Formats: sequence, C-alpha cells, structure tokens
Amino acid sequence: MSLHIGTTSPRSASRAVRDVVFVDGVRTPFGRAGDKGIYAGMRADDLVVKCIRDLMRRNPSLPAERIDEVAIAATTQTGDQGLTIGRTAALLAGLPRTVPGFAIDRMCAGAMTAVTTTASGIAFGAYDIVIAGGVEHMGNHPMGVGADPNPRFVSERIVDPAALNMGNTAENLHDRFPAITRDRTDAYAVRSQQKLAQAYEAGQIQPGLVPVAGRKPGSGWTLNTVDEPPRPGTTVEDLATLRTPFRAHGRVTAGNAAGLNDGATAALLASADAAAELGLPVRMRLVAYAFAGVEPEVMGIGPVPATEKALRQAGLDIADIGLFEINEAFAVQVLSFLDHFGIDDEDPRVNRYGGAIAVGHPLASSGVRLMNQLARQFEEDPSVRYGMTTMCIGLGMGATVIWENPHHEHYGQDAA
Amino acid sequence: MSFERYDELVGLVPTEVVTHSYVQDIALPEGAGVLALITLDNDLDSTKPTTLGPNTLIEFGRTLEGLKERAARGEISAVAVTGKPYFLVAGADLSTVKSVRSEHLGRLMAELGHEAYDLLSDMGVPSFAFINGVALGGGLEVALAANYRTVSSGANGIGLPEAFIGLVPGWGGVYRLPRLIGPANAVKVMIENPLSNNRSLDGSAAYELGIADALFEPADYLEQSLVWAARVLTGGEAAEAVAQRRARLARYDDVAWAGAVAAGRAFVEAKTSNAAPAPSRVLDLLEAGRTLSQKESAAAECAALSDLMQTPEFHATVYAFLDLVQKRGKRPAGAPDRKLARPVTKVGVVGAGLMASQLALLFARQLKVPVVLTDIDQARVDKGVGYVHAEIDKMLGRKRLSQDAANRTKALVSGSVSKEVFSDADFVIEAVFEEMSVKKQVFKEVEAVVSPECILATNTSSLSVAEMAADLQHPERVVGFHFFNPVAAMPLLEVVRAPKTDESVLATAFVLAKGLKKNAVLVQDAPAFVVNRILGRMFGEITAVFDEGTDAETADSALRPLGLPMTPFRLLALVGLPVGQHVQESLHAAFGDRFHVSSNQQKLIEAGVKGLWERQEDGTEIVPEQTLALIERGSTPSSAEDVLRRTQDALADEIGRMLSEGVVAAPEDIDLCMIMGAGWPMHLGGITPYLDRVGASERVLGKTFHQA
Repeated sequence: MSLHIGTTSPRSASRAVRDVVFVDGVRTPFGRAGDKGIYAGMRADDLVVKCIRDLMRRNPSLPAERIDEVAIAATTQTGDQGLTIGRTAALLAGLPRTVPGFAIDRMCAGAMTAVTTTASGIAFGAYDIVIAGGVEHMGNHPMGVGADPNPRFVSERIVDPAALNMGNTAENLHDRFPAITRDRTDAYAVRSQQKLAQAYEAGQIQPGLVPVAGRKPGSGWTLNTVDEPPRPGTTVEDLATLRTPFRAHGRVTAGNAAGLNDGATAALLASADAAAELGLPVRMRLVAYAFAGVEPEVMGIGPVPATEKALRQAGLDIADIGLFEINEAFAVQVLSFLDHFGIDDEDPRVNRYGGAIAVGHPLASSGVRLMNQLARQFEEDPSVRYGMTTMCIGLGMGATVIWENPHHEHYGQDAA
Repeated sequence: MSFERYDELVGLVPTEVVTHSYVQDIALPEGAGVLALITLDNDLDSTKPTTLGPNTLIEFGRTLEGLKERAARGEISAVAVTGKPYFLVAGADLSTVKSVRSEHLGRLMAELGHEAYDLLSDMGVPSFAFINGVALGGGLEVALAANYRTVSSGANGIGLPEAFIGLVPGWGGVYRLPRLIGPANAVKVMIENPLSNNRSLDGSAAYELGIADALFEPADYLEQSLVWAARVLTGGEAAEAVAQRRARLARYDDVAWAGAVAAGRAFVEAKTSNAAPAPSRVLDLLEAGRTLSQKESAAAECAALSDLMQTPEFHATVYAFLDLVQKRGKRPAGAPDRKLARPVTKVGVVGAGLMASQLALLFARQLKVPVVLTDIDQARVDKGVGYVHAEIDKMLGRKRLSQDAANRTKALVSGSVSKEVFSDADFVIEAVFEEMSVKKQVFKEVEAVVSPECILATNTSSLSVAEMAADLQHPERVVGFHFFNPVAAMPLLEVVRAPKTDESVLATAFVLAKGLKKNAVLVQDAPAFVVNRILGRMFGEITAVFDEGTDAETADSALRPLGLPMTPFRLLALVGLPVGQHVQESLHAAFGDRFHVSSNQQKLIEAGVKGLWERQEDGTEIVPEQTLALIERGSTPSSAEDVLRRTQDALADEIGRMLSEGVVAAPEDIDLCMIMGAGWPMHLGGITPYLDRVGASERVLGKTFHQA
C-alpha cells in the first residue's frame, strides 16, 4: 500500500493522492448530561463554535478563507444539532461565508468519519484545508429520542431489537467472551480513572481544552475548564457495588462503561503541501483508515475487523502499532479487542491518558478526542512510529485510523 | 457593614425587581490566580432588562465588601463584573428614581451608588468590567468604576443618557469618563448623543473611544475577556498595551478641557435653548471636575442628582419616555383588536406629487408590497416614480440598502395614468390637492374600480374625513391616515376615525401603521386633528402679537422657556408660509377667531417672501427692511412674559376643548402627538404636564390635566 506518492498541489489530469496531516485538535471539557451537568441549558452548536474559534486562534498563520470545508458530526441532527451543523457552526464561528460546511453521522464514530471523509477529499485534491469535528449534547438529545426504527428489523429479524440498546450489546459481548469477567472490566475501569487523573496531574489533557463559559439560573457565569465526568479515586470495591442496569446479575455497570455526556471537538487537517505553505504544524500523518461492519448485537467487537482491514491496507502488523487510542464505550469492548490481538489488559501502549470510561463519551464528538491525545503522545514519545485510533459504533460497526508520528526518526522515509 | 445607613431605601420601592450579584470563583489561566466574577442577573429572560434599584445597589455593595475582604486575605487576585445575556445592566430603574420624592432620599440614593461603585475601583486587587451588552447610565458607570474594561462587539446601547432623561451621570461617570476618553469625547457621550434622539454607542464605538480597553467578539466574549484579564494581571505586554492606549486616547490639557465644556454649552443652547436644567448641570460638573478630587466631585454629583430628581423636568421626561413613548406609543389607546385587520397585499397612491411619492416609498420599503401611483398625466407619473427610484438609489449609495433590496423595492413601485391599476389593491391612499371637491371626486373614481373591501385612506391634514366619504357607496371603508413631513423621519401617524369608519378598517390602519414603523394615535374626525390644531393655535398667538405691534424678536423668542426645537416664525418658514396660511384659514373657518389669520403673513406670501427672518452673511438673522416695509402693525406691543403667558393659556384652552370634544382619549395622547409629530421636548412631558406646572390649565380650565 503506497499512499506516500510525491504530491503536488495542481489538480491536473495526472491525479496524485496527496498526503494528509493532522494539524491541531481541540475539544470542550466534557460534561455530564442532564439538568445538573455543566452544559445544562447550553446549545450544542455553541460548543462546536467555541472549538472552531479556538482552533483558528491557535493557528494564526491560517487565513480563514483558506478553509475548504467544515464537517461536523452529530448523531441526533435536530434542534440545536440540526440545520446542517457544519454550515451553521461555520457561520456562527465567524468564518467567511465562502467557507462551506456539512453535517455527518456515523453515531459514535461521527467525528472520526468527519476526519476520514474530509481527509479523503484532501488526498483526492478537492480540499487543501478542512475543519472536522463532532458534537453531542446528550442532555439536549438523549440517545434514541426521535428515532423510528423500521418494523422490518423485528418482523424479518434483521436486528434484534435489544441491539438498539448499547448496554445490551455489551452484555452480549460478555456472553461471547466468557473469559472477560466483571472483575476484569472493573479493574480496567479503575485503571482508566487512574490514568486520566495522572494525565491531568501531568498537564497532558489541559492544553487541548477550550474553556467554555456557562451560566446557571441563580448562580451567575462560570468558566468550565476541566472535564466533569471523571471520578478519580474510584476503586474496584466501589465498582463492585454498582448495579447492572441492562441485565439482572449482569456485568455491565455505569462504572465500567462510558457515561452520558455533552461535549464537542474539532480538528484541523491539511494537505502536507498546504501545511508547509502556511507554516502549520504537522502533528500526525494519516496512513490508512477502515470501517467494518459486524453483527449489531455485538457491536463492541467492531474495532477488530476495522483494525485488521486498516493494517492490511497500510501493510503493517499489529506489532508495528506503538500507541493505541481506543474508545472506551464499554470496558468489555476494549478487552475483547485486546484479547483478540493478544495485548495485555495493562499494556502501556493502550490509552495512556485513560479513556472514555473516565473522561466521557459525547457520542459523535469522541473520534477527534482520540486523535488529539494520540498526537500529544506522539510528541511525547518520538520512539513510536505508528499509532492507532479506533472505536466501536452502534448498529454493529468499527472504525480504525492509523497515523504516523512526525517526530519519529524514520518519519516519511519509506512507504507505509 | 457600612450599607446599613441605606436601610431607609430598602422599602422605598416595594415593586423593585432586584438585580442580584451572583459570585463565582474562576481559576484564571496563565497562573493569574482566582478571579471572583460577579454576574448581575435578575433571573428573568432577556426581554426584562436588569436595572439598578436601592436593593440591587445594596446587594452589589455588600458583595463587593465581602470580596474586598477576601482580596485582603489573599484568596482572590481579581474581581470582575458582567451581566446576564445582552445586558451588563441597563441602568437605574427609572420608575424607582421617579418615586424618590424627597431630597434627603434622593441624596441617599446618589450616595449609595457612589459608595458601591467606589468599592469596585478600590478592591485591593485589580477590578474588571466585562461589558457584554446594554450599559446605560448607572450601568455604564459600574464599568467606568472598574480598573479595566472589555466590551463585546455585539453589545448595543452603551452610553450616559442622563442629560436626556433630566439627570447627570452622577455615579462617577462625569468624573471618570473624561479622564478615560478625553473631555471632547466625554461631551459627545454625555451631551451630544443624549440630546440627539438619545443616541447610544455600540461595542466597537465604545472601544474606539477608549471606554473599553479591549474588544472581543460575542461568540466567546466572556472566555476571551477572562484570558485577557489573566494576561493583564500577569503584567507584561497586555498591561503595557492598555497603559499606552489609555495615554494616547486621554491626551488633553486645560485648554482642551475648557474648549470641550464651551462646545458642550453651545450645543446645549442650540439644541434646547437651555430650557431644561440637566444638560448644563452636566457641563457644570465636568467643568468643575477638572480640578476636583474624585471625592469632591462625588459630593457635587450627589448634590446635583438630589436636586434634579426633584425637578418637574425630570418627572415630565420620565412620564414622556416611560409612560408615553415606551408604553402608550406601542399600545395605542382605542386601537381595535388586531385580529380584525385585513391583509394588505397591494397599495394604491392617488397623486404623484412629493407627498404621494414619499408615501409610495415608505409603503414599498416597509411593507414590501406592490405600490402603484396614479396622476393625471404621464409626465407627473414619471416624475413621481422617478423620485422614488432616485431616493432608493441614494439609500443604495449610502449603503442603507443592498443592491438586491434596491432592485426589489424599485420593482415594487410603478405608476399609471389610469386608476384601473387599483382594481386589485387592498388599500388606496390619496395625497392630492387639499380641496374637498377634488378629494371627493378622487374617491368616487377610485371606488368605481376597487373591490368593495378595499380601504380608502386620506392623507388630509385639515379636511373632514366624514364629508369626504359621505357620497361613497361604502363610506365605512374610509379612514384618515395623516402623516407628517418629512414622511420618512417623523414617527407620528394620526389615524382618523370618521363616524362611519368600520372597526376592521380601523384595525387594518393600526396594523399598517405598525408595519410602517410609525406610532399611530387614534384621533376623531375634527378639523386639523391634533398636531396641526395645537401648532395652529400657537402660530395664531405669535402672529397675533406680532400684528398687534410686538417686535419680531420678542414675539418669536417668547416661547424660549419651552425649549421647542424651532421658533414659531422659523417653523412657519420651513413649512412654507402659504401652507401655514392655508391651514390657519381652515382652522379659522372651523373654529372662528380664536385662530388668528395674519394679514401681514398674507402680504408676505403675496410678495413672495419665504419667511420673516433672513440669514445674513455673518450668520445672524434679521427681518430685512423691505420685508418690514410690507407689514402693517398695531400699537399694542406685548412683553415676552405676556406673550408666553398668553400662549400657555391659549394652548391650555385649546387642549381643554379638544379633550371635551373627544378628539383624543386623554391628555397623554395629546402629549404623545406633540412629541412624535412636532418634536416637542420630553422635559415638557409633551405639553400638558408643562401647562399644569406653569398654572395655565388651572387659570384657564380651573383644573389640571394630570393629578398631582
């Protein structure tokens, strides 16, 4: 697989695939969904706007009119997440009216798909520079509200109706892999909390956060600068007491799964040439990406085939991947991935800053959070050549993107 | 706690909607420590502005006291104030200030503001104001008291309108503002803007003047203000940039200061004839403040505020502004339920003269429906349509219209020599020569082509609407729609109900008026309606004393204490002597000798003289010899005092008659008409509060228009 073809920007008849780089990424602090959450009463589009504006401020050498596309993902595309949110967010952020935008949806992998779709456009030569991100205000848009599943799902047994509930699919995954016990998932969840707390302590999370002012009735304006969901200090004993809401005597709890959250992310992608031209930093180079479908009833296994496909495209082996950012919708889903590839539960290559179990998972926004964190880890660890961002997706899918570290000594030296 | 001395004020206004001071600690970036952020919030939605009443100020002051103690303990490194969305805080609650009925309480209220605001300027740690929206009067003075300010480019309504309302920016504004932006710009903000239709600034203009140190866009205004505050607190470039910018914008010396005061005084004289006390009181404070300490100025400001709060001019302005312009003007007395209104999708204008063309432009621009003009020949029609198109081009040139909007508006306006074009119109207004027989003929011709429901309106200023409708098949469709010249600028519309006018026709007229962005007042079908009748009575008195032998200067300046926008003779010249004379004759015909028709004025008209006064090359105005030679005058001159009193009494008499005839529902409508239609000053309350105050209503009618 050769993506690394000598690239020139003219989109001539002899079309060449161009290198795509991840320039920068930011996100809002994540909040807990619901009336008491930090973003209760706020609009989802405003969260996206703050991310876009901060991206622009952080990259002052980028003229706003050079942005060719704004792709913003949201799972529920109504209300404050409706009206083609990529376009509305661009206008509300004060980008020139000449900058187009669109909305995109692949449930949890919305932002990730926004990145891969626009990256493909860059590689093709349709864009030089794009903004891609996602948002989910699950307080304003509880999961599944307004959805109208086709009755054929049931009548023709296309999908078990229970599979529309993600918690059920996680329990199903435990059934499939009896070796993954509740003890293992709880232990994994505790480590996720610990790793996030350590990353906060080390100042590894804060640089990618956009502060968001919020106002609550009767208490005035405040400034949200840190994530709300984390519960540092959580122990396995704490988690053992939690009930299993999806199945009596089940294994999936609020403690070993991501919560219901509000938040937004946005990233800046560019062709390698445009980044060089404008003096934009290169934090990662896109190597390969793949999406794959699995049985909806065990949607959490999705990252496995997606990763195999992406590795195949990249001509790489799982052993070549030095860092994993895997979304933690459920601990069981992460462990099923690790078991498949023979990676230890405590492998230091995996989710160094913790994961969604601690930080939260505002559905369509999460993909870019994984990328931000991988980019920072690349910077911290030049010994790593390749990293991976991967996540499972409702209705049975997985998504994987493989990235190359520009800080590595062999960066760009041979084809990958 | 020092705010206990204000306990007397606590129960002053039981209805006060308190704006709370909510505090949140914010950890600033860049290691700048903790900022205590006060949000001024009344817990109501953005249609209910936050205001400053006594309880609000006491809570604000006590909050600041508490924060000052925390600052002293080293718990916080900065304090900032901002507001709920769209408002920093809109200013003093006027209905509160109005109810301060003793000088003692007024002084206490003034001192309360100073005590609270002075705390903000001296917290022991730097203080900031984040001007996120409306900041008027006491609202802006909160910000001025802080050590640093940012403003949102989305903010609107920033200013010190006290001189307009009858007060002074006496919570430190008059002292602090000139020191920030220089005396000349301070006069602009404190005098020129308030006295020019109460103009205010937007965020960008406030920043440009130096009222704020930094400008941020609304999308993340508070976040960026906090980042900026952190940078200022940590010293370095941001703090240095503020210091340099302030030094540049507030560059002045004694000469500049005195010059600004003098320019302000000239402006006040030209605009108000110094008829109301507040504007010159502002300038007195500004002038004295040059050499005073802030504490000394504060004492003078409190004295001025407590004086002015007791003045009738202040109370009349609050009446005019709150009760009339903001309330009655928006909900006209006697307007039928708007649900009765009919849709208007096409408008006809009979006539293509200047008035008709102005109407066509207004209808097309505001209603965005097709408007068709007719006149007796193609040349006149072309001229009328040409006028409208030329006006649209002017607006396009001044960027008040986009090219697309200009194209659309032009396309809406057409003309014809045949009234057949009215056949599908819903509303036809005539603006032809002011002659009953002509108007009746026009209506007869229009009725022959239009649908039975089409409304016929007349822009007559003095003729009987009922008579105009009398011979029609559907007299109930006729309504008076009396605009004032220039149509685009004057906000008043007298909507005339004739005895047979249908409720749905009247409802349509009011809905239409709103669509045209005019303030409609319902008047009955009486000669000259309201504004012209009152102006006519005034003109009659002034021309009468002149004809009797009073010299022009004495006669024309006798009403100076009212502070009218223009003297009577100058206004007559502007209207045009023949037009004025025509109105006066019709009033005389209707009401008899109490409306004087000046034979001297007739002589001037016949001689082609445009007005009594003529401007000389040096700018002064005189009555030229050749004009005087035309005039025959009596030998019983009056003093200015006599003229003033005689005019006051005449106005009280005429208004008393109008009210007993039922021309309007209440004296409030008279006042609203005079403010909106003649530009009479708010410090007169329009006119009836003034007539009560000077005793004219008591003298003439034996009672006042308003309860004391």
